Amino acid sequence: MTEPEAGRDRTRDAANQPLPRDAELGSETSAPVEATAPPVGAPSSAIPPSEEPAPSGSTAQDAELESLYEQGLDIKARSQWALARRRFLRHKLAVGSLIVLILIFGAGIFAEQIAPYSFSEQNFEDGNLGPTFHNQHYFGTDVLGRDYFSRVVFGIRTSVRVALLVAFLSTIIGVLIGAIAGYFGGWIDNLLMRFTDLMLTLPILAVLLVASALLGEGSPYRVAIILAFFFWTTLARIVRGSFLSLREKEYVEAAKAIGANDRRIILRHMLPNTLGAIIVNLTLTVATAILIEATLSFLGFGVRPPTPALGKLIEEGQGEMLIGHWWLVVFPGLMIVAIVLCINFVGDGLRDALDPTQRRTT
Amino acid sequence: MSTVELSTARTTGKATGEPLVKLVGVKKYFPITQGIILQKKVGQVHAVDDVDLEIYPGETLGVVGETGCGKSTTARLVMKLYDVTEGRVIFNGTDITHLKRRQMAPFRREMQMIFQDPYASLNPRKTIGSIIGEPFRIHKTVSEEKIKSEVQQLMELVGLNPEHYNRYPHEFSGGQRQRIGVARALALRPKLIICDEPVSALDVSIQAQILNLLKDLQNEFKLTYMFIAHDLSVVKHMSDRVAVMYLGKIVEVAPGATLYKYPKHPYSGALLSAIPIADPDLAEKKQRIVLQGDVPSPVDPPSGCRFHPRCPNAQFPRCSDVEPPLAAHRAGQLAACHYPLDDVQVNAVKAE
Repeated sequence: MTEPEAGRDRTRDAANQPLPRDAELGSETSAPVEATAPPVGAPSSAIPPSEEPAPSGSTAQDAELESLYEQGLDIKARSQWALARRRFLRHKLAVGSLIVLILIFGAGIFAEQIAPYSFSEQNFEDGNLGPTFHNQHYFGTDVLGRDYFSRVVFGIRTSVRVALLVAFLSTIIGVLIGAIAGYFGGWIDNLLMRFTDLMLTLPILAVLLVASALLGEGSPYRVAIILAFFFWTTLARIVRGSFLSLREKEYVEAAKAIGANDRRIILRHMLPNTLGAIIVNLTLTVATAILIEATLSFLGFGVRPPTPALGKLIEEGQGEMLIGHWWLVVFPGLMIVAIVLCINFVGDGLRDALDPTQRRTT
Repeated sequence: MSTVELSTARTTGKATGEPLVKLVGVKKYFPITQGIILQKKVGQVHAVDDVDLEIYPGETLGVVGETGCGKSTTARLVMKLYDVTEGRVIFNGTDITHLKRRQMAPFRREMQMIFQDPYASLNPRKTIGSIIGEPFRIHKTVSEEKIKSEVQQLMELVGLNPEHYNRYPHEFSGGQRQRIGVARALALRPKLIICDEPVSALDVSIQAQILNLLKDLQNEFKLTYMFIAHDLSVVKHMSDRVAVMYLGKIVEVAPGATLYKYPKHPYSGALLSAIPIADPDLAEKKQRIVLQGDVPSPVDPPSGCRFHPRCPNAQFPRCSDVEPPLAAHRAGQLAACHYPLDDVQVNAVKAE
């Protein structure tokens, strides 16, 4: 191709090009400019928001356009992550939930600093108090005079720790098994998926109870590992399904044609396109794990006392509730509800934000 | 059909010397299985059945045929994206039929592919820069620091703005995306580029741009093309020689000019007669060969000549019993037909 031809082609393409990202940016940062002069305004709004928005007037905008093309090389691409973040931030409910979650999780992490007492400190003089400001017993005390606010805060720490560990471990197992099954197919796929089906047919709660009964109450980590062993199945199926369809995509074929090996294709090409589903599933697993851990604890298995966990606290308080000590059940219960609800909302927000087909940012 | 016949039938023009690619008796059957755990084979799709084909350095071999006739499968067999069921694939004198991925690496540098759908062939999560730069990263032909400038040169070469290095595929139009695909295929400076319907997903106005780009690049880099299309005028514009496929077989190979003037196989004739003529007076005089029925299933292809159930020239029982070999007609023209079109029929079709 001769040089002038190339140049002409390029300018034509540049003129035809819709500049979708720039238009997006325009809708947010310089909407008034766009409203006054939409045809010229759209490209001009591609100037980073740090610069002054131009007064509407075609000469000024032309000059801006010129300078834009000159400095064009330095315009950094806004990554898919930045776009996803913008979409997420517009999801009011999800953002609100995220803030609540950060507060609750933060309380768990900094339990020592926040809790006025240790979770096991007994004070018989203050036993069976309702919620009161007396001696900072905001959530009351139990029959042994242990400060319930402190116990709930430490309970959050245990429960969240278990839930995050479960989510992390089960995601690793699930992605690994799903990716291998989906990518290689054939008998490997068959073997792994039949194993997954087998796991899915097990009545999780019954098996967990038996396992807990055999192993006894233990450290939060042991509970987490047992739970993780049952939680990877859904994700494995999701990842496998996604890989099955991605495997047939032309860009995967193109990568093979270039000579990419299996590892590169899986890690660089297929996994990034599954990431949305994986992250969303991860958040939902956290919620489920908290519930299951609470159930296990409530049934008397799970974390060993006196370490508080949210489900454990409810279990200990259930008898007391009948004699009017409602705070023993209500406060840890509220925490569970708040955490699970918020995680689900955040998961919803993430699902919408990470969907690459969703271009709309308004 | 023997390879000797093919090479003697070689034509004038660019098709000279040793073939760059040679397919010998290549077959590709896809199994149809049933059952979940114990899969049993209940049949097979005869996607490509006994194809002999040669592509010479510097030429453009067009491959035409209707959907499902095995064009794309043949291309993927040459690229070794599929393994052949039977037969041999020879690239530049080396048999690459059974090479492992690692052994294929040097050959991957020599042949590349441009895909049909510019929307599906670019990973939506990667920037243009990393898409075009990936061949360099895999084959390590260029050091990491130099990749960016190499990629930007390539972008300029195919008529893209190098400033768009950091953009994502969804920000480009179809034509621009296809240019990205061309740049990626060109990165390693291959000898052979297989174009799998590179323009059929594009607007007509954009098609011409991409076709001209491909032609320019061919002149500049002495490229060899295998050009697959179902648009006959596109193939005519691009190709030195044209192969016509029907149901997994090559029914006719000929230099472009010969094929379009004197098609021998009735199927080629029918395809050519389907090209619309812009002049309504001429179009009225033209006699179209309208084929009856549908393409038979490649799971259970017809006996003898695969075209016989729809062929206007078919004479029984010869056509339904004996499979016709590719036989030489005009210079460089081979057609697999017992009763090829004569010039009277051809003229009626062309109406010129």
